[in-house]
Amino acid sequence: MLDLIFLVPLFPLIGFAILAVFGKKLGNPLAGWLAGTMVFGSFVVGVLVFASLFQRQPNNRSYTQHWFTWLDVGRLHIGVGALVDPLSMTMVAFITGVSTLIHFYSIGYMEHDRDFSKFFIYLNLFVFSMLMLVLGDNMLITFLGWEGVGVCSYFLIAFWFSRPTAASAGKKAMIYNRIGDGGFLLAIFLVFSRTGSINYHVVFSRLNEISPTDMIAVGLLLFLAAAGKSAQTPLFPWLADAMEGPTPVSALIHAATMVTAGVYLMCRVNPILHAAPDAAHVVAWVGGATAFIGATSACAQQDIKKILAYSTVSQLGFMFMAAGVGAYVAAIFLMLTHAFYKALLFLGAGSVIHAMDDEQDVKKMGGLAKVMPLTAATFFIAWLSIAGVPPFSGFWSKGDVLQNSWALSPGLWALGVISALLTAYYMGREYSLVFLGKARWEKGGEASSKEKSPHPHDPRLIMKLPLVVLAIAAALGGFINLPFHPNFVFLERWLAPVVGASLLNHNFSVADEWLFAIVDAIIAITGVVVAWSLWKSRYDRENLEPGFLQRAWGLDNAIDKVFAGTSDKLAGFFTMSIDTGIIDATVNLIGKFANGSGRLLRKAQTGYVRMYAMFFAAASIALLAYLMTRVAS
Amino acid sequence: MISFPYLTTLLLIPIGAALALLFVPGKYKKLIHTFAVTASVVIFGFSAFILDEFKTGVSGYQMVTTHSWFGSLGINYSLGIDGISLFLVMMTTLLFPIALAGANEKRNTKTFAIWTLLLEAACIGSFLSIDLLLFFIFFEATLVPVYFLMVEFGYEKRGYAAVKFFIYTFTGSAFLLVAILSLAFIHQSQTHVLTFSVIQLEHTHLTSVAGVLLFLGFTAAFAVKAPIFPFHSWSPDAYSQSPTSGSILLAGVMAKLGSYGIIRFDLGLFPHTVVLLAPLFMTLGVIGIIYGGIVAAKQRNLKRLVAFSSLAHLGFIVMGAFALSDQSVTGAVIQMLNHGIYTAALFLLIAMIYRRKGTMSLDEIRGMQKSAPILAAVFILMVMASIGVPGLNGFVGEFLILMGTFITHRWWAVVGVLGVVVAAVYMLWAYQQAFHGPEKGEYLKNAPRDLTLKEGLVLAPLVILVVLLGVYPKPFLNRITPSVDKLIIHVENKSQLKLPGNAKPIAFRYDKKSAINDKTLLSNSDSKVGNASKAVLTGIVMPISSCITGNKVATGRASQTGYYVWSVGKSFCRQGVSK
Repeated sequence: MLDLIFLVPLFPLIGFAILAVFGKKLGNPLAGWLAGTMVFGSFVVGVLVFASLFQRQPNNRSYTQHWFTWLDVGRLHIGVGALVDPLSMTMVAFITGVSTLIHFYSIGYMEHDRDFSKFFIYLNLFVFSMLMLVLGDNMLITFLGWEGVGVCSYFLIAFWFSRPTAASAGKKAMIYNRIGDGGFLLAIFLVFSRTGSINYHVVFSRLNEISPTDMIAVGLLLFLAAAGKSAQTPLFPWLADAMEGPTPVSALIHAATMVTAGVYLMCRVNPILHAAPDAAHVVAWVGGATAFIGATSACAQQDIKKILAYSTVSQLGFMFMAAGVGAYVAAIFLMLTHAFYKALLFLGAGSVIHAMDDEQDVKKMGGLAKVMPLTAATFFIAWLSIAGVPPFSGFWSKGDVLQNSWALSPGLWALGVISALLTAYYMGREYSLVFLGKARWEKGGEASSKEKSPHPHDPRLIMKLPLVVLAIAAALGGFINLPFHPNFVFLERWLAPVVGASLLNHNFSVADEWLFAIVDAIIAITGVVVAWSLWKSRYDRENLEPGFLQRAWGLDNAIDKVFAGTSDKLAGFFTMSIDTGIIDATVNLIGKFANGSGRLLRKAQTGYVRMYAMFFAAASIALLAYLMTRVAS
Repeated sequence: MISFPYLTTLLLIPIGAALALLFVPGKYKKLIHTFAVTASVVIFGFSAFILDEFKTGVSGYQMVTTHSWFGSLGINYSLGIDGISLFLVMMTTLLFPIALAGANEKRNTKTFAIWTLLLEAACIGSFLSIDLLLFFIFFEATLVPVYFLMVEFGYEKRGYAAVKFFIYTFTGSAFLLVAILSLAFIHQSQTHVLTFSVIQLEHTHLTSVAGVLLFLGFTAAFAVKAPIFPFHSWSPDAYSQSPTSGSILLAGVMAKLGSYGIIRFDLGLFPHTVVLLAPLFMTLGVIGIIYGGIVAAKQRNLKRLVAFSSLAHLGFIVMGAFALSDQSVTGAVIQMLNHGIYTAALFLLIAMIYRRKGTMSLDEIRGMQKSAPILAAVFILMVMASIGVPGLNGFVGEFLILMGTFITHRWWAVVGVLGVVVAAVYMLWAYQQAFHGPEKGEYLKNAPRDLTLKEGLVLAPLVILVVLLGVYPKPFLNRITPSVDKLIIHVENKSQLKLPGNAKPIAFRYDKKSAINDKTLLSNSDSKVGNASKAVLTGIVMPISSCITGNKVATGRASQTGYYVWSVGKSFCRQGVSK
């Protein structure tokens, strides 16, 4: 069964190829069904491979399949192939699963779009790239997928390219990612120049050939890459802008899968981080800071999707916190549960936007629970999950992260706990503003005649179904890794051969673990209650939405001003002053000199013989005089 | 055993075609155009023979032809091909039909066709010459056709651009000539043999001062041609004022004369000096990467933008060549090919925009993706290729160059990586300006909206190559690496260069015994590659020719006929060999 793994990325690639050529002919909705079926095929094969990997002995759960040689120059051999192990298969299973749901949801969501088939071309290409990213058996294949998802993200954010904001947001995402990609490339170079390979297994077996400083450099460069892709401080402003893309894209790419690629990378290279604890601590603290900045920013947003975007930034921060303290299982655990509840939140938001005729301002919503009961119910489950209310999935996964962060530093834990409190609060605010209170979208007397008020309703079946499935997953997802007893930590035992057990975990007694759990639960419930009481019937609390937080700590503006501003001036200076003013001017000056001297010398060529005779005589006399002085001396 | 003179034939077809055109009255424009395109397609087809005949795993020159020309002066007519020049020749023969078919000059078709064909001969000759004086003659001979193409068919400021280009490059060449002669005389004084053969001159012993002076003489010509910063100021003018075909050929083919010259002659003849001056020239390369990128971001004219991006890409190639590691030099060689492909495509696409909107200014075009989605798709594909997205061709070259450079000269590569970020900035910005946003700018009367079939067919081979080279560069690398390995080993032997282990070529691959082993090992896959390449090439050649003859229906039949012609020609050449 394991050798079927090549089918997993092949299906979406075939889907992409067919749609790229015949997409327009297949049209709406056939193109969507084809794309969805292809991804579902990947999911089925992925589960089969997963199952047969599971049947192997834990120490034998690694299998490499070589497809073809990509680059072969000197000592550099880079093959294209898949690495099947518990980590990659966990990723494959959840990526293909969530992608399938979102593909089907999109068939409904995009039904009125004129570029319906094109949307699915990009979506299939994205799934292919994402699968290459997690399956690659060497760093360059991971990088191939890494760039591939970046490009697809660019296409999909800028999908409605006629809107200048969408076009700019796509470009911004690509450029921010490119900064990270530069780090990735340098890490690859450094690893190869030290170990002579970039194959994960080979590199990890030769880690002693990398000096400690280089190890830190590799760790930090890879983290730079991860920070770009996963929107960590200070590289997160692109993610908020990325909300310009269609909502299913936000759910799939900018919540569930692509943005978690950085966390996957950190887990994949865990031996390197383990060997460079300084780098790992940077990862943990930046993660903690991002969790806090993201959570605070989410508290003040007005746009239904931007709240979720900053929430994603914050949750990714939690994941990096976990990866940085060496709790890779906790990071993956949170990634999985986050994929469920955040995809659910986005799809729910998508349903709301769809029903509200593209309105995204939460201040213009309210009271939707009555007219969209299913959406409201699933959104409610997602809220409790992300808030960490027991027994929903977020409680277990976030608890795992927080507990592990205590082991590194209580300060980091405190940062995490505050962010967790804020999480429960901002999501409660969003839920209340959208679904509770008065219906602020019903246009009363004043704007009556022209603008007709929307008639919100639950979406059609194909969009409902993913909501229900994800709601079940978000509610029960926590049970794949229950603490308290070693027999219940399924995920941990499954991933242990790849990432090593999360060592820090075992320092706690059972009583400690109960204490942590109770604190987490209290925090979550406090946040939920506070948000509910503050926002359930009021929407105009401007003192709780400071502008500083609305602008996400002003980071975006600062970066724009400093980098865009200076680089624009620099470019202007280079172009006008140096290129035109110095380089080209020098060249032209030489030309002018030749021209000018020619013009000057032309004056000598008068054509009068008497003139030439005079010059001749003068020169002769001068020469004679010179010779005389030489002879005389 | 006399082998069939492949290379001479390749050189003679374009000259013959140009001569034949002299006797066709200029009023038969359609005929002349068709004839020129067909001739260039035939040349490409013939170069495919050479590709097929080229032996993988051999590092030295192949299909060598040598005839005494001026015996007493030691000047030989001497041609040969190796892994470094093979794909440059292929690229030349591919881009000429595309340039000819892509540009349909309505007036003076005859002049246009003749000059273009002569230019093709000169370019091919430059890549094939293994005699320095012969090289110089071809190298210089490229200037004349380009000058006339520019002056005759260019845009508003063509006179200024053409003169600037001619004088600038000609000045560089003057140094080259002096240096060639001096080198030959120094060699003569040591061995009492006057020769201009590259292979023999490689063993000249030079003092370090003489080495530096001669190296600078050679490099002056190549630095201008490539161009290397700060000798680039002719190129934005020349690229933007040339007709489309001129831009394609200047950036795609002729720029490579410069970088090819650096790899072939600088590295081969002055290994000691190259090692000494590598940091300087790598720095110039890196400056070119960053500077080109930054200045490109300020350009409003699409052609000028591509010109500055070329400066950046050539910067990569120069950096890779002087980094002297196996990966970086291989990367530089394959990047020459890659750059030729996507730059040609970009210039073609810009011409197509001009045909629709009558402008190349980014201030006047917006939102073209709406009315021309396929054109936009091809454009963004080429943008992605040029900014080095993996899976497309640009990445392979850039990655190898940066990787190789990092091993030998870490900090240059670090700065070079910044160039990758900058490239995304200006290219995506340009794409956004022209194709995104609400639609702006009227279409010209009678202009098509999306790609026409003919335009699509002209672009098709480039699109195929961009993907093929990105996904499966192995057949290309297999042919390039032996020659690069040999060159690196030569440089290492002749200088104090000590390459780190991971940057070294794998030497054992190239002693004869293992070469044979390699051959038997490769023979299986290689014949597959051979057949595949044949099929691909036939697939590429025939659609072009059928599109030029204007017969859309005949495409299928044409490709069959093409394959038939192929086999007949093949057996004919084989007979020539066996005699």
